[in-house]
Amino acid sequence: MAGTLAEKIWADHVVRSAEGEPDILYIDLHLIHEVTSPQAFDGLRLAGRPVRRPDLTLATEDHNVPTTPGPITDPVSLTQVETLRRNCEEFGVTIYPMGDAEQGIVHVVGPQLGLTQPGMTIVCGDSHTSTHGAFGALAFGIGTSEVEHVLATQTLPLKPFKTMAVNVDGDLADGVTAKDIILAVIAKIGTGGGQGYVLEYRGEAIRNLSMEARMTVCNMSIEAGARAGLIAPDRTTYDYLQGRDHAPTGAEWEAAVGYWETLRTHDDAVFDAVVDIDAATLTPFVTWGTNPGQGAPLGASVPDPALIPDETEARAAEAALAYMGLTAGTPLREIAVDTVFVGSCTNGRIEDLRAAAAVLKGRKVADGVRMLVVPGSARVRLEAEAEGLGEVFEAAGAEWRLPGCSMCLAMNPDKLAPQERSASTSNRNFEGRQGKGGRTHLVSPLVAAATAVRGTLSSPADLAPLATATGEEH
Amino acid sequence: MEAFTSHTGIGVPLRRSNVDTDQIIPAEYLKRVTKSGFEDGLFAAWRRDDSFILNNADYAGGSVLVAGPDFGTGSSREHAVWALMNYGFRVVISSRFADIFRGNSGKQGLLTAVVSQDDVELLWKYLENEPGASVTVDLASRTITAGDIVAGFEVDDYTRWRLLEGLDDIGLTLRHEPDITAYEGNRPAFKPVVAPG
Repeated sequence: MAGTLAEKIWADHVVRSAEGEPDILYIDLHLIHEVTSPQAFDGLRLAGRPVRRPDLTLATEDHNVPTTPGPITDPVSLTQVETLRRNCEEFGVTIYPMGDAEQGIVHVVGPQLGLTQPGMTIVCGDSHTSTHGAFGALAFGIGTSEVEHVLATQTLPLKPFKTMAVNVDGDLADGVTAKDIILAVIAKIGTGGGQGYVLEYRGEAIRNLSMEARMTVCNMSIEAGARAGLIAPDRTTYDYLQGRDHAPTGAEWEAAVGYWETLRTHDDAVFDAVVDIDAATLTPFVTWGTNPGQGAPLGASVPDPALIPDETEARAAEAALAYMGLTAGTPLREIAVDTVFVGSCTNGRIEDLRAAAAVLKGRKVADGVRMLVVPGSARVRLEAEAEGLGEVFEAAGAEWRLPGCSMCLAMNPDKLAPQERSASTSNRNFEGRQGKGGRTHLVSPLVAAATAVRGTLSSPADLAPLATATGEEH
Repeated sequence: MEAFTSHTGIGVPLRRSNVDTDQIIPAEYLKRVTKSGFEDGLFAAWRRDDSFILNNADYAGGSVLVAGPDFGTGSSREHAVWALMNYGFRVVISSRFADIFRGNSGKQGLLTAVVSQDDVELLWKYLENEPGASVTVDLASRTITAGDIVAGFEVDDYTRWRLLEGLDDIGLTLRHEPDITAYEGNRPAFKPVVAPG
């Protein structure tokens, strides 16, 4: 069948199509959490409607859970979490609460359980649902009214998205990661560049990424304004999935792979837009401003708004520099940070923690810098501890926390103070996102760890080499 | 949902682009479990600045917000729409809206009217020169009228029809419940389930 991957998945999920009306699209998996679901359940209750498919619905507590041991102290957060638990009980929905072995950030939990599979439609009341597109699923964030709609009908009325190919060809240089790819994509097309589109990431550099790195890329599709981002499934995808709790087995595995093999953009398919990026030109990328499109290579300097030709953008840059407390022309490498955050649905998976730990091993977090490492899920935390990563973080002077969304959006007690500056592996550098008045620089886990050591925005290449093992021992 | 045909109210010029939903309502206000009472969090950070437009008494009771491009980007939080509506806004005018925000708005009865940036500039100038002036937004004719300004706006036909009729989305879909059941009967067995149904 002709068409792009996104169009094929769409076509396979149309329940009803009529001229002049949105298609009714079937939803294979609905993920929910405590913040965007209470009003949806309330709507069901008011209308006397049940959850149509509790067996296709999964809840986890993530947005406002504390990452230090002990109960939730904020009464309002507690109300949300308790409301979610009550709603799941009443409507028969599976929930992984705080302290459960499967609890974690909703976009880390789905993939690690094997619930996220190619060709599925996946929604959640959270814009970073695009993460699941890494498996070749059509996955996107929805609002609370839509959450209620999916709970009641397991469908959504939607108008087709446009499709955009993002070709990332060539090889990435050492020390350049998925996060750098996606920050460069956003800087290139802008925070509105993907509006109305599903982005399909293609090309050699994408094919060579691990599943977790692909999730990082797809995760931030929303920061480019896109509804979703996806990557065609391949051997890397199948290998990641095989043997996971909810992955098919036996004859069903064969049937599933047979179907997944058909999930390709047809050679003759035409995208509505195309963007090309040469992976070989990419370097570690960081943001300097207050939207994710305001980024630059780490080797660059803070831009001069007066040199930005577009007037609206120039004004936005000026306001961003004022908020960020930055002066045009300052080399980005000279910007000193107070806090380093490693975690979130963007970079809170085991590979991210391994990357950060590899840089921190044998090194110390700089004096006066606070570093928080927050695993994306309870499983990731266990895995990291089994590998000794927790000890590496603590030995370096970082805080090794319990899983949750944490400082990515500061709904729990993990916040920046006014004017405090962070290097953060999360996804949004909006004003106040990490705490009122806080200043955020978005970075990769490698840059985050190197920044923690030097105290200024840095890549691992900026660090003094460690003494060799033989020289240190005895 | 309340039907929307035409609305006349005080226009508020918001000279900012890329107004993301964290600015419309910061995360700290998202902890409620109801759909009302979010007006106190609307543009909370900016409202601490005395010179912010909503702190100008001339624009008190404003119900038509005129904003720069890429309004409503970022987080999918529907609280952004509730906050705007709880505050009293019925219409947001911009040259470009983020997709999720526009979808959320349509479902709650907040009209997102798309006009050219030139028209936004005209409306900004008019509303700044005539603080407290009214803007009329007529959904039937898709026309915005403010002083001498008459501008057409875009809104997709389906959303317009639903707004004009005040129709609830879930009820509309459930009219096709047999189609959903038929589709479910044909789903491949290898599709995962969270727990036995």
